[in-house]
Amino acid sequence: MTMITLDGVEKYYGDYRALRGINLTIGEGEFFSLLGPSGCGKTTLLRTIAGFEDVTTGAVTIDGKTMTNVPANKRPTNMVFQSYAIFPHLNVAENVAFGLRRRRDLNKKAKNTLVEDALDMVGLDGFGDRAAHALSGGQRQRVALARALILKPKVLLLDEPLSALDKKLREQMQSELRRLQRQVGITFILVTHDQEEALIMSDRIAVMFEGQIAQLANPQTLYRRPINRKVGEFIGVMNTLPAQVKIAVGARVSVDVAGLGPVMLTPDQCPSGAKTGETHVGIRPETMAILFDGETSDGNIANGMIHELAYYGDMTYYDVKLDGIERPVTISMKNLVGRPVLERGQRTRVRWDERSLVLFKE
Amino acid sequence: MNGLRIYALIYLVFLYAPIILLPIFAFNDGTVIAFPLQGVTTKWFSELMTVNALHDSVKNSLYVAVITAIFSTLLGICAARAQARYRFPAKKGIVGLIMLPLVLPEIIVAVSLLIVFLSLGFNIGLWTIILGHVLICTPFSIAILNSSFQNLDPSIEEAAQDLGETRFGTFLKITLPLVMPGIVSSLLIAFTISMDEFIIAFFLSGTEPTLPVYLWSQLRFPQRLPVVMALGTILVVLSILILILAEAMRRYGLRRSGMQDKGGFL
Repeated sequence: MTMITLDGVEKYYGDYRALRGINLTIGEGEFFSLLGPSGCGKTTLLRTIAGFEDVTTGAVTIDGKTMTNVPANKRPTNMVFQSYAIFPHLNVAENVAFGLRRRRDLNKKAKNTLVEDALDMVGLDGFGDRAAHALSGGQRQRVALARALILKPKVLLLDEPLSALDKKLREQMQSELRRLQRQVGITFILVTHDQEEALIMSDRIAVMFEGQIAQLANPQTLYRRPINRKVGEFIGVMNTLPAQVKIAVGARVSVDVAGLGPVMLTPDQCPSGAKTGETHVGIRPETMAILFDGETSDGNIANGMIHELAYYGDMTYYDVKLDGIERPVTISMKNLVGRPVLERGQRTRVRWDERSLVLFKE
Repeated sequence: MNGLRIYALIYLVFLYAPIILLPIFAFNDGTVIAFPLQGVTTKWFSELMTVNALHDSVKNSLYVAVITAIFSTLLGICAARAQARYRFPAKKGIVGLIMLPLVLPEIIVAVSLLIVFLSLGFNIGLWTIILGHVLICTPFSIAILNSSFQNLDPSIEEAAQDLGETRFGTFLKITLPLVMPGIVSSLLIAFTISMDEFIIAFFLSGTEPTLPVYLWSQLRFPQRLPVVMALGTILVVLSILILILAEAMRRYGLRRSGMQDKGGFL
């Protein structure tokens, strides 16, 4: 069932066009992410859903009701702010109970029970009396979550909620947010610039550039079949190679890729309506492999030279200059037992698979 | 001791010597303000209680100072909030004009106000003093409240609205408590400025003198001087108490909200 519909949403700040024709539907109980670099309009989009920004043209519908002229305090959404926006003069329980203040139908005892349940849900049971400033970053985050979820909103909006946390805590909160979303079963909309975070957590992701949605897909499609070079290079590491489409007739797309040679691509590797001419293809580092001494392969082989390498412990990233192209491609290799780490300047063979190529829309 | 320390010491003596002389001569048994002292007495304080004109001037001053403090703080809240939150055309120019009385010579303000009030047909009196004092106190209030409002994270107010509170409710429940230390400071500073302001009060007071205007009129009678000293002593003690109170309030507010202590009076 549809929870949120954005219909031709445009937002202008003076002459600056912050949102350009956003059309989007988000389902009930979906974990949806808005992903993009800073300034791409993802936070603005979230704020138009929350009611902090009004749209210049177009309409926002939440749960079947048009939100035009509905202020933030009357919308069935709640938000977790980037700064958490914990009220500094209230303690934890008072912060969490803030949204219940206007609920005349609940007596004090019922409210206290709700607060305790909410704190329990985010793992802060017993923290009610703690002063707001005596909390760590992770705890503030949990208070912000409890404060928003206690109102049982139809949609929870999260504005870069994890960006202020260190790496360990961030990873922990990512899985906890996911668990919480399944538990309460409501729609979560997450704004993030961290592509890894979006991939880990989301059911679907909208990648935004310059106020527009560039691609809307589930994490696997987004990673494997980015629609263009920009999306591909924003999500993870993507090698981009110049290519020439020789034949594009129906299911037959024949491409000459610089450094790799001629390949045949299937329709799902190509954008709709691929035409002959100059373009680029993308290939992920982990779908290629260095062939070490003595290894053989019946797949495609390309020759090159190690240009640069970065040793990460569990992985080694090689930049390999393939014969015939100037720009090196990145190849990631697991450091398995007995596998050597090559040195710069060494000649090497590279195995690659044409099924992992993706043709970009130019 | 190096030169700078000696300089600092002389500076402090210069600053505080007159204030220390105040209580000394307030308790001195003699009408001549000079050493040697002639014995201890509290009669100047009891005489203080019997001068009705003095009581009236104190009442006038309190009336003016309290109302001035409230008005300039209210105006300061509006201006500081507008400055911190909103963008509007000619913002810098408007703010500059509001802050201008901070640097205008008071004598010019006083004379111009007198001319304006008279030509508008106002009866000069306590309310014209209040208007003049609000004019010069509001910039101070804005300056104090600006930092309070600018330190406030805008998303805290948004969070309150997001949780169902109206704009007005948000201001009452969230914004106001968080800027309260600034408001208290502004009230006290405006009160103090208004209390001891002389020039504007002198020009605009008509038949109802404020305390500084009354004191000035008493300087013609040397035998009244010890009473003035006694009054001064009381005022110094009161000022110190108010300042301690203001600082205690400010620190309490900071501690409660867990903010960093930056600045303050003491």
